[in-house]
Amino acid sequence: MSTPPTAPKKSWSWRSQAFRGLIYQVITIALIALAVWYLANNTITNMKLRGIQSGFDFLTGSAGFDIGESLFAFDSGEPYWRAFLVGLTNTLRVAVLGIILTTILGTLIGVGRFSRNALVRGFCTVYVEFFRNIPVLLQLLMWYLMFTELLPAASEPWALGPLFLSKGGLSFPVPVWASGHVWGAWGLLVGVVAAFAYRHFARISFEKTGVAKSMLLAPIALVLAFGVLGWLLGGAPTALNRPVLGEFAIENGGALTPEFLSVLLGLTVYTAAFVSEVVRGGIQSVALGQSEAAAALGLSRGHTMRLVMLPQALRVIIPPVTNQYLNLTKNSSLAVAIGYPDVVSIANTALNQTGRAVECIAIIMVIYLSTSLFTSILMNWYNTRSAIKER
Amino acid sequence: MVALGALWSATAHAGKTLDGIKARGQVVCGVNTGLAGFSAADSSGKWTGLDVDVCRAVAAATLGDAEKVKYVPLNAQARFTALQSGEVDILSRNTTFTLTRDASLGLNQTAVTYYDGQGFMVPVKSKIKSAKQLKGQTVCVQSGTTTEKNLTDYSKASGLGIKPIVFEKLEAAEGAYFAGRCIAYTTDASGLASTRNKVAKNPADHLILPELISKEPLGPLVRRGDDEWFAIVKWTVYGLLEAEEYGVTSANVDELKSSSKDPVVGRLLGSTEDTGKLLGLDKEWLARAVKATGNYGEIFERNVGPKSALQLPRGLNNLWNKGGIQYAYPVR
Repeated sequence: MSTPPTAPKKSWSWRSQAFRGLIYQVITIALIALAVWYLANNTITNMKLRGIQSGFDFLTGSAGFDIGESLFAFDSGEPYWRAFLVGLTNTLRVAVLGIILTTILGTLIGVGRFSRNALVRGFCTVYVEFFRNIPVLLQLLMWYLMFTELLPAASEPWALGPLFLSKGGLSFPVPVWASGHVWGAWGLLVGVVAAFAYRHFARISFEKTGVAKSMLLAPIALVLAFGVLGWLLGGAPTALNRPVLGEFAIENGGALTPEFLSVLLGLTVYTAAFVSEVVRGGIQSVALGQSEAAAALGLSRGHTMRLVMLPQALRVIIPPVTNQYLNLTKNSSLAVAIGYPDVVSIANTALNQTGRAVECIAIIMVIYLSTSLFTSILMNWYNTRSAIKER
Repeated sequence: MVALGALWSATAHAGKTLDGIKARGQVVCGVNTGLAGFSAADSSGKWTGLDVDVCRAVAAATLGDAEKVKYVPLNAQARFTALQSGEVDILSRNTTFTLTRDASLGLNQTAVTYYDGQGFMVPVKSKIKSAKQLKGQTVCVQSGTTTEKNLTDYSKASGLGIKPIVFEKLEAAEGAYFAGRCIAYTTDASGLASTRNKVAKNPADHLILPELISKEPLGPLVRRGDDEWFAIVKWTVYGLLEAEEYGVTSANVDELKSSSKDPVVGRLLGSTEDTGKLLGLDKEWLARAVKATGNYGEIFERNVGPKSALQLPRGLNNLWNKGGIQYAYPVR
């Protein structure tokens, strides 16, 4: 005979599990705090003893070094914190673009492994096995070597129409800023609103009549059409800042440096291999009956994938893909090996100019910690949104 | 993390540097990862070069054996932390003496072993003859060096708008230059000569531009707070210079020790006065150092001088009474 379980009493004695749990937690936290305090105190004392200056006051002092590429104008006379900002934006530029490209490439490769075409299937398998198993640092160096060894010198680039490709990177024409471009931007905005409205009404009409309308191409056409219309209304400015061949290098126009391209390509290609495996796993997790049911309804394989399989797979895919996004962002710190001025590279220089090793490392840690936390918050929100809602 | 770890280990290191060295039986010396003529390891792992010889001389003076040195290859970023934390006893690694480094890093700059200046190297086929032609060009540079800042100062002062491409490792910066990513490569002139000689496929394809854009006094550094050790390293360098000035070489040092009537030579070699006692060493400290590595002139000739692979002229690094600025405090 077993006695019916009694509710645990709220008594503060050693016999209460809750009380003991609390004590253990307090002790653990105290130990951790003590260890951190000991480390920090020791570091500070030692630095004082050795006459090493410390503190974050250096951030407002003039940096005194140039940075090769930057999203906004930076002059060597500006303070260190601005230099760190340049590094941060350079890191984010690679991370955000890399995440977008990785998602597209990874999904395509992952879906490709279910293709009926043996060639496509084989290619996707080889891609994953090849790029997943080579260390990412080697891949970055490989891309960089390809850019700097195989491409022609900047004084004699390959010209592809208005584009130039050389050791100096990829140069392209950029529109000269004119007020008409603002009209174009407004046009695009109106187009986006129109596209959303179109999709809304298309869905309603589909539910009523059962006639499917284009849900992807038509909205894109709408956005583009409104954009062009706005640009025409703005007086159709066509002036372009074209790259021209200078004496030693290509001048004017916009340019993507080989450092940036190597980091972006290297990280994208590497991480996409992992994302594609996650996508494959996600699709395989959807019950076979789902695709059979879709086939029975007469949906094409493309439609089955897009409308039935992927939306269900997404729930399995999001959490592990978040990990890959975080990995990509953190791996971008390897860019320092090939001369891309990311935040680590800038911090390294700052560390050497000022000798504030602990402070500079702390800044890098805070930056990576906050970008990672921000990414996971964003992805967790998206995960909750796409989770099954029981009605 | 390396920096933090290094600072942490600092607590384990107590007592005077010399006591530690004697107990260990080894001088731990931070050197460049590979700069021919200054500090580079050959295929058998033996380190040679001007910076390396300074370590060997110090080991000979303190431990009586120039081979009792442990070499720690350090890149530009790790070097100061390694010295601060006690990982190395001497940082003998083409490091420029500057005010900031002297006043804020907790380090002492001992004596100049090589007077240098920063220059540029370009491919001959670029037809660039002067640094003034580098307007708006890309220049490869190693991060964490005075070089990076000098380049910016020069670019700003001359209105050149040079774009630096900064690499963490010396090898990567050199590699990018030789691959043609940058129009020019910049570092100290001695470093350029070293790179051109050892890394370039054909040294004649590369031109070192005439402009020197900075002063770069290079020499060994020690930790602050140990004046005894500071003095030993400083006076070993001065002693090597003084030995050259008075004609003491590795070949004649033994003979001069017993036969020389010159009072200065007698003092230098410890046959008359005991100069080592004041430094906490024995009286033959300098005789042993000269015997092991030769005097400053011999070290220069062997590693970087006109007869070595680098073929650097003696120039500023000649003795003060021979047209240079190497002027040692008197050993007395």
